Amino acid sequence: MIKLDNIQVIFGKGTPLQKQALNGINLTIEEGTFVTVIGSNGAGKSTVLGVLAGDVIPTAGTVTIGSTDVTRKGTAARAGLVARVFQDPLAGSCGALSIEENLALAARRGESRGLTPALGPKRREHFRERIAELNLGLENRMKDRMDLLSGGQRQAVSLVMATLAGSEVLLLDEHTAALDPGMAEFIMNLTQKIVFDRKLTALMVTHSMRQALDFGHRTIMLHAGEVVLDVSGDSRKTLQVEDLIAMFRRIRGQTLDDDALLIG
Amino acid sequence: MSQIAFWGAVELGLVYAFVAIGVFLAFRVLDFPDLTVDGSFPLGAAVAAVLIIAGVNPWLASGVAMVAGAAAGIVTAILNVRFRILNLLASILTMIALFSVNLRVMGKPNVALINADTMLSPFYGLGLRDFYVRPLFVGILAIIAVIAVWRFLESDAGLAMRATGANARMARAQGVDTNRQIYLGMAISNALVALGGALFAQTNGFADVTSGVGTIVVGLAAVIIGETLLGSRGILIALIGCVLGSILYRIAIQLALSTDMLGLQASDLNLVTAVLVTVALVLPRLRRGGAA
Repeated sequence: MIKLDNIQVIFGKGTPLQKQALNGINLTIEEGTFVTVIGSNGAGKSTVLGVLAGDVIPTAGTVTIGSTDVTRKGTAARAGLVARVFQDPLAGSCGALSIEENLALAARRGESRGLTPALGPKRREHFRERIAELNLGLENRMKDRMDLLSGGQRQAVSLVMATLAGSEVLLLDEHTAALDPGMAEFIMNLTQKIVFDRKLTALMVTHSMRQALDFGHRTIMLHAGEVVLDVSGDSRKTLQVEDLIAMFRRIRGQTLDDDALLIG
Repeated sequence: MSQIAFWGAVELGLVYAFVAIGVFLAFRVLDFPDLTVDGSFPLGAAVAAVLIIAGVNPWLASGVAMVAGAAAGIVTAILNVRFRILNLLASILTMIALFSVNLRVMGKPNVALINADTMLSPFYGLGLRDFYVRPLFVGILAIIAVIAVWRFLESDAGLAMRATGANARMARAQGVDTNRQIYLGMAISNALVALGGALFAQTNGFADVTSGVGTIVVGLAAVIIGETLLGSRGILIALIGCVLGSILYRIAIQLALSTDMLGLQASDLNLVTAVLVTVALVLPRLRRGGAA
């Protein structure tokens, strides 16, 4: 379970550039729920993810992941609870390391790291099996450097990396935004499969309203650092992309100028 | 080049192989441009020499030299991580501070180790000529260092360090405390460099406060020559490249200086070094067909 309790985030507090990024966010996500998060640029989507991941320490409020209060814990200290796939395919893995080294790194997320060889025969075999499940043929390229892979392949491997070690929550930060449509679809279906097969609690930020409604159990819309829409169950099933766009327009007062990419 | 000069070059190359491995750890693995080595090399030499003269077991003295080097590395890491001083500048601060520290340690600019018992003493007079014994001894230590660093970098802990240098944000997301990795990496790197200094003092019979000048360039030259020759094909190859690069660098220098035709003299060393490093840097690009 994840609980955000009255989260306030103010960037550049006390400076002329002060910005209230999150304004009293309350959010409880039950275990095994897949939540999609939408909102325009600057709505606070990435900040919510950052608060959960530990990149952003809130100005006020408490963050609970599982049964642990992680409000003041940095990214590395809470990594055992949080798995993550970044928007930028280059950000979530190490280009200079091989595929299997990246997996070895992820397999010990949140655990102590000793002098045991990172890639013993048993681990190698395990990694190979997990990568083979992707059906991308990457299991024959385990020693290739990560930066030889395409963006889509890297995201696929990142998804596997996110599930090698246990976690309380999987954070997906527009992880298909940088991919071509075909690959984006592949990654989304893979995401769906992984989240449901492993009964993960997941939070996915997306720019695509289609994705937001098609995947997961619950959809949240943020605006100006507040939750302005929170739908799940039957009311979500009947919700159409057009409804969301209408809602967007209403909230933003017809200023959908630069956000043509919201639709789709 | 005479045989003695040749083996002398090999020996010096092997001594500086420790510097090369340390520089590889800092520059390539951690992506931390560390100039501390110009201070930690003579620090290692000074600590080892002073302790050996005081009658301490030379192996123990060399161990203490490594600890001193590690401490120097940690100072640089603290300046960078804790006080957020730019990494290059942090290392320069430590480097110039070490110049004074080294003078304090030795009490004078130069300490001679003639007739003192060094790590090598038991191996002289076993039948091999001295100029074979020294490179053989240092070479065996270098092989041990290569294997140890290789095993470390391919362990879980080493992987965390490599990730810290390659993609710190990703490393943190995987639960790696990247600050701690910088402390650890700088400590190991400078401990190796200090061991190089300790070996330098014991093979050459003196420690000198100015012997650190340009250490970083020599170390980098070795790393770059190794990369140029062997390419980037994994950690072990890269480490072997460091050792090989260091030896070849010394042989090339020796050749350049001893070829009468070129008319070079010892004081041209730095110029030759700069030309060598430039060639090693430019060569791979020319080979790829691109503009240098």
